[in-house]
Amino acid sequence: MDMIPAIARWVHFLAGITWIGLLYYFNFVQAPALAAAAADKEGPGGAGITKYVAPRALLWFRWSAVVTWLAGAALLGANFVPAFTLQSGLAGIGVGAWLGTIMLFNVWVLIWPNQKKILGIVSATDDEKGKARRIAFLASRTNTMLSIPMLFFMANGMTHKALIGL
Amino acid sequence: MKNPLDSILGTIISGFVLTLVLYFVVKNFILAGV
Repeated sequence: MDMIPAIARWVHFLAGITWIGLLYYFNFVQAPALAAAAADKEGPGGAGITKYVAPRALLWFRWSAVVTWLAGAALLGANFVPAFTLQSGLAGIGVGAWLGTIMLFNVWVLIWPNQKKILGIVSATDDEKGKARRIAFLASRTNTMLSIPMLFFMANGMTHKALIGL
Repeated sequence: MKNPLDSILGTIISGFVLTLVLYFVVKNFILAGV
């Protein structure tokens, strides 16, 4: 039983790096690349990215988000409720946990259902695809923004809480 | 006003500002019991 927190922390980091790494890939690489491809009328276009890259990236993205959250919950263990209710000594990691939970919600409720429309996995009209593109984009950008405080509170919330006065 | 999330730089700056805001809210309100 003593090994569970160690394994949970390890898996939390592995899955978290996969999740946030892909989030940064989408925001810093893929979205600007697709915009550049669309603007380049003589270029090859972005169809290869949307057909072959994006579905695979989204598969790892959404499931690594789930594994990250579950491993984080296992790592909190008995501290789960005190952390989420921001009790003294656990408020820092609790804020990180809340931000991560909001980000997981965004992945499964806003990003993935709308990406399915954009990529043609489910049928949608051009108007619906346009709306889906904007919602997925803003949810993804929101998660990128939230990842900055999330990582601050995750990285410092437990082991360095005295250092930052939490 | 333009949405800061429409640009990568605006997104990153918003993230750092949110970090500061949350830090001071937790430290000075939640943990202070206000």
